[in-house]
Amino acid sequence: MKTCFEKIWDDHTVLVREDGQTLLYIATHLAHDGSSHAFNFLANKNLPVRRPDLTFATPDHGVSTLSHKLEDIPDLEQRQVVQTLTRNTGKFGITHFGLDDDRQGIAHVVGPEQGITLPGTTLVCGDSHTSTHGALGCIAFGVGASDIYHVLATQTTWQRKPKQMRVTVNGTIGKGVTAKDIILAIIGKVGTNGATGHVIEYAGPAIRALSIEERATVCNMSIEAGARAGMVAPDETTFAYVKGKPFAPTGANWDKAIAYWKTLPSDPGAKFDLEVTLDASELVPMLTWGTSPEDVAPITGRVPDPAKESDPKRRQAIQDQLDYMGLQPGQLLTDVKVDRVFIGSCTNSRIEDLRAAAAIARKGKVKIPSMISPGSTLVKKQAEKEGLDKIFKDAGFEWRESGCSMCVGMNGDLVGPKERCASTSNRNFRGRQGKEARTHLVSPAMAVAAALTGHFADVRDFL
Amino acid sequence: MDKFTVFTAVAAPYEKPNVDTDQLLPARFLRRPRSEGYQTFLFRDLRYNDDNSEKPDFVLNQAPYRNAGIMVADRAFGGGSSREQAVWALTDSGIRSVIASSFGDIFYNNAFKNGFLPVRLDQAVVEDLRAQLLKNPGARITIDLEKQTVLAPDGKTHGFDIGGFHKQSMLLGLDEVGVTLLNDPEISTFETAYKSRRPWMSAPPRPERG
Repeated sequence: MKTCFEKIWDDHTVLVREDGQTLLYIATHLAHDGSSHAFNFLANKNLPVRRPDLTFATPDHGVSTLSHKLEDIPDLEQRQVVQTLTRNTGKFGITHFGLDDDRQGIAHVVGPEQGITLPGTTLVCGDSHTSTHGALGCIAFGVGASDIYHVLATQTTWQRKPKQMRVTVNGTIGKGVTAKDIILAIIGKVGTNGATGHVIEYAGPAIRALSIEERATVCNMSIEAGARAGMVAPDETTFAYVKGKPFAPTGANWDKAIAYWKTLPSDPGAKFDLEVTLDASELVPMLTWGTSPEDVAPITGRVPDPAKESDPKRRQAIQDQLDYMGLQPGQLLTDVKVDRVFIGSCTNSRIEDLRAAAAIARKGKVKIPSMISPGSTLVKKQAEKEGLDKIFKDAGFEWRESGCSMCVGMNGDLVGPKERCASTSNRNFRGRQGKEARTHLVSPAMAVAAALTGHFADVRDFL
Repeated sequence: MDKFTVFTAVAAPYEKPNVDTDQLLPARFLRRPRSEGYQTFLFRDLRYNDDNSEKPDFVLNQAPYRNAGIMVADRAFGGGSSREQAVWALTDSGIRSVIASSFGDIFYNNAFKNGFLPVRLDQAVVEDLRAQLLKNPGARITIDLEKQTVLAPDGKTHGFDIGGFHKQSMLLGLDEVGVTLLNDPEISTFETAYKSRRPWMSAPPRPERG
């Protein structure tokens, strides 16, 4: 009896050392503009890329969202690594979706969109949110530069088999509650190190009911619960999503692939080291109030009051966070004024996210600077085909090009000091979106509700 | 990679939990060349003001801890981004170990590739170590990797767990890619079998093996 994770892990095990370390084969590697250090390490050792056919590349972290012309990347270092990616992929014969290619975008949006990410595989990328791809039913995790170098040189990585955790979400989510609220609630429940050392399998009827794009949002933030990876076992929703994608199997190979993928779900009675259960019907739209993704609260709630905390250490920690975030104890969250809105990132920038955002955006005009960066150039074009860009622009949103943008701020899209941002991204760390930036994580619909009112608002009041 | 055997150094206490990799190394320095070193970026925004002057209250700016080689933190150290640059910023600053009750998984793995030893001890022990360091600023801690022990300032010894693979790599200062290339025949055998059982992974429309 095996879990979905174990089936895929075993299928990619090259060898296991006596000390338990596994040499794991990597079926797919995604490179981006930040992979330059790893390519440099390879060059320093004068080694070739072992399997250039298994790496796919696109620039995302440092690209300008004002224009996709290389010369419009303002920072010289960022511009250079985008050029270096073009050079390295050309040198080794790696598939590359450059700035002039419609297939360019955030690596974690592009992989599934192109059918590069497939069920039953192992996938790595030099980015912690690689866990996103687990939505397709694969083992996907982020690695550092030395491990990328190792994958480029050997197509493998040394890993210790992680423990396994199952998060079962029962029930049905209510109107205005999204996949983002589910994952924020999970992180709030288990904490930022609640899943450390584990891979999470998300299961249960509320997860099964999600689309692949919604599952991507859930799996994306597994890392914020401390997990190495998150995944959803493949099902008919998965197969329907993958079918016909540019790099997905075709013909007889499609039939063989489907037959195999159907064997992947965890066997009944398979053992998990940790089990967590949530009831989706109890969830309401969520947001974070502090500087760690575990600091979540329902929109109907209040800013926590440190005075009510008995543990002195915890009391001080909350006070520190309120000071940084510029919040008053006990303040109603719907009374908190917002300065800026960002809709984008590998968490929430896919077409379904933009449709959900547009459904609220059509009800008013923005009161604060608000921008949207679609997850890929193809997502942008699809949104424009559906007229979503017009809705956003009419409401006063800035409609930008695709990239990691204000989630990590490496391209110059920054939140100013002490500015409060309602963001659909994944991290509310201190300084993440800019020095002294105050980040609150929300769903796309909640971000639009904040944009239209100038403060946090319950999106259910707009439905 | 530098070997790690027995290491004795001044230890700096840092009581805040959730020291994420954005705090260790802000994203704006990620593209700096490796060869120029990352020491000036460590804890950049916690350690320095906008005009590059030091913030006197930050632990590594205080006299007893300027040459710290070890940090004793809290829980969830190194969570967040996969940036290995966070480890480089520590090692380039002469810090070769952090003791904490838990670590971010990717940070933990990245550490060993750079001769940096993350030591997991129980939360109560970590808090006790910090209390000792606060009482005796500049006190030293000795970490013996072979014996898997931490020698505290009060003379007590605490054992820690580490995987055999990581321990061996660190003790010998092994280059991991060099080790793996010795397994090249096994990798090739795997690839042949994988191609036959999962043919769609290397057939059009995916790139064929060149």
